[in-house]
Amino acid sequence: MRLPCLRFSLSTLTALVASLFLLQPALAADSAKEKELKIGFVYVSPIGDGGWSYAHDLARQELEKMPGISTSYVEAVPEGPDSERVMLQMARKKYDLIFATSFGYMDPMLKVAGQFPDTTFMHCSGFKTATNMGNYFGRVYQARYLTGMVAGSMSKSGVIGYVASFPIPEVIRGVNAFTLGVQSVRPDASVRVVWTKTWYDPVKEKEAAKSLLDVGADVLTQHQDSPAPQEAAQEKGVYSIGYNTDMAKFAPKAHLTAATWNWVPYYEKLIAEVRGGTWTARSDWPGMAEGVVDIAPFGPMVPKEVQDKVLTKKAAIIEGKEKIFVGPIKDQGGTVRIAEGLVAPDTDLLSMNWFVQGVVGSTE
Amino acid sequence: MALLRITKRQEPSPLWRSALVFTGAVATALVLSMLLLTVRGISPLEGLSVLMTGAFGSSWALQDCLLKAIPLFLCSLGVAIAFRLQIWNIGAEGQFALGAVGATWMALSFGGAPKFVLLPLMILAACIAGGLWAMIPALFRQWLGANEIIVTLMLNYIGILFLDFLVYGVWRDSSGFPMTAAFSENAIVGKIGASSVHWGLAHCAVLGLLCRLFFRYTRLGYEIKAGGDNVQAARYSGMPYSFLVILVMVLSGALAGWAGFLEVSATVHRLQPSIMVGYGFTAIVVAWLARLNPAGIALTSFLLAGLRAGVENLQLDLQIPAAFGSILEGLILLTVLAGGFFLSYRILFKRRV
Repeated sequence: MRLPCLRFSLSTLTALVASLFLLQPALAADSAKEKELKIGFVYVSPIGDGGWSYAHDLARQELEKMPGISTSYVEAVPEGPDSERVMLQMARKKYDLIFATSFGYMDPMLKVAGQFPDTTFMHCSGFKTATNMGNYFGRVYQARYLTGMVAGSMSKSGVIGYVASFPIPEVIRGVNAFTLGVQSVRPDASVRVVWTKTWYDPVKEKEAAKSLLDVGADVLTQHQDSPAPQEAAQEKGVYSIGYNTDMAKFAPKAHLTAATWNWVPYYEKLIAEVRGGTWTARSDWPGMAEGVVDIAPFGPMVPKEVQDKVLTKKAAIIEGKEKIFVGPIKDQGGTVRIAEGLVAPDTDLLSMNWFVQGVVGSTE
Repeated sequence: MALLRITKRQEPSPLWRSALVFTGAVATALVLSMLLLTVRGISPLEGLSVLMTGAFGSSWALQDCLLKAIPLFLCSLGVAIAFRLQIWNIGAEGQFALGAVGATWMALSFGGAPKFVLLPLMILAACIAGGLWAMIPALFRQWLGANEIIVTLMLNYIGILFLDFLVYGVWRDSSGFPMTAAFSENAIVGKIGASSVHWGLAHCAVLGLLCRLFFRYTRLGYEIKAGGDNVQAARYSGMPYSFLVILVMVLSGALAGWAGFLEVSATVHRLQPSIMVGYGFTAIVVAWLARLNPAGIALTSFLLAGLRAGVENLQLDLQIPAAFGSILEGLILLTVLAGGFFLSYRILFKRRV
């Protein structure tokens, strides 16, 4: 807080000097082609994870093909101070648009955004914004609901296992939507949740999956970035539902479908805004209607009538006729949290910290 | 015909030889890594230049390295004290977590206290928490004969889970995310002038110096070194061995705790699980690379921090996978430890007659 003016001018000076000495070619390229845009991505797991970061990187590769766009990324960046350094490095190298795709990058990004007012920052899955920093996420809970319908239809034991990552609203919302989907076809089923407190730790995630199989779960789903729970399900000979990307190739015999991301349409829209100078800081939450969220193709074991039922529901969600969190919805204790006939507002969804009835597990 | 003869050196190697071997080893590791880059179709010279620019090529890169080196230095200084007595403290990670917890406790409880009261209070709490956490394995070792490597290692997980428990439970911020509320301005260690480096750097300098003076000029410091060289001899000469074990562990834990304090107070400004990025484990590597010498630890922490930043630069500019960083670190550790052979042994070429 001390001497803000001095610090600001010094950091600007440093950036200027640096650009003179180190980034001469980049600057020259910028002036040659006017609408050249450099885009940087910060990923929390390796892009080879087959999951969350992989989905973002697929989109990045698509963007790279667009004229005048160059992209780069740094993978496996720990949340916290390390991510601040990576974002600083990108901003100093005159990246125009920086995407940071994990919750823990929020505060570091906010700090960096304050120092580089000319760079556009986009944070995925958080809630803070600044004049040059927006946040975005996708309504993947819509896809979770649909995959829950598939899980409920395919389960024999009525016990479905959910390998969850961190007890934060994003994940809790997914568990709830999934459970509502399960209950829509099988009201007596329960969804058992274990937390790994990891985004990417294949060994730990597989162990957690096995613990769910041991208590009788015969369909597994997950929230982490690695396909390890899918593999655990296939080894046990039960079904699984993937997340992030179509995980069928990791467990072809088990994989029923997956809740998937396709960031390309959203990123293209943002790039057009940044280029056109119409971008403004805001919170975006696109869903199935915008093409950001979808479900993966069904495995051959999913019966036709289940597929049809799910696809009908999907069409209704896209048309906006079907909302997921519609009352009455009770929490685990039986208290009505969303009243009869009410559609839960986004603010409630974004801070959701309770489980719906039918989930076995705690939110801590 | 030449014959290779290997004999043990009688006297410790002079500084110039250590420096030569260290530089040679790092250079070998770098050359090997650049060969790996060549396999990927990247010019090794370009790779090296991108690596070095990212690590040390500008004033901000140097500042970033210093920032990253601070917690590494303190944790490593701590484990090195225990290693001097041949007590294998693998638990710096957990002690770091407890230090962060102790400091946070004070920051959350007395957030309104003036800076000159609150910061020392936080440091004290961090050192006590880290020190007591490290005392557990020391007591187990001396009373029950429990292996300190196993106990310190296991306590890491308990310490980290304890941090999680607090952050996911009683200390959780109103936002619903796993982190405490942000600290008040008085609980924050500020930055040095207009740089991005915080005053923790000065803490490191003072603590490093104190550590050096402790081993050079105090009786206890001497006893620790002597006890490490020969336990039996130390005991026969009447040194309080059990006390020394507990002392080194407490000091070790207190320093890791101090690092934890700086991480929450100076860098993150709140407690959150993402502060645990393995400084406590890297510290062991640093301590060994530096042969337990405080100045060496400072240099090595800085080099490893630079390496990390440099590899990020490699990723950004040349899209090298992140795993390359781990390979590079592994290679450096391997070559430097292998290089240690040349310090303890002499190789002679003899002509057979």
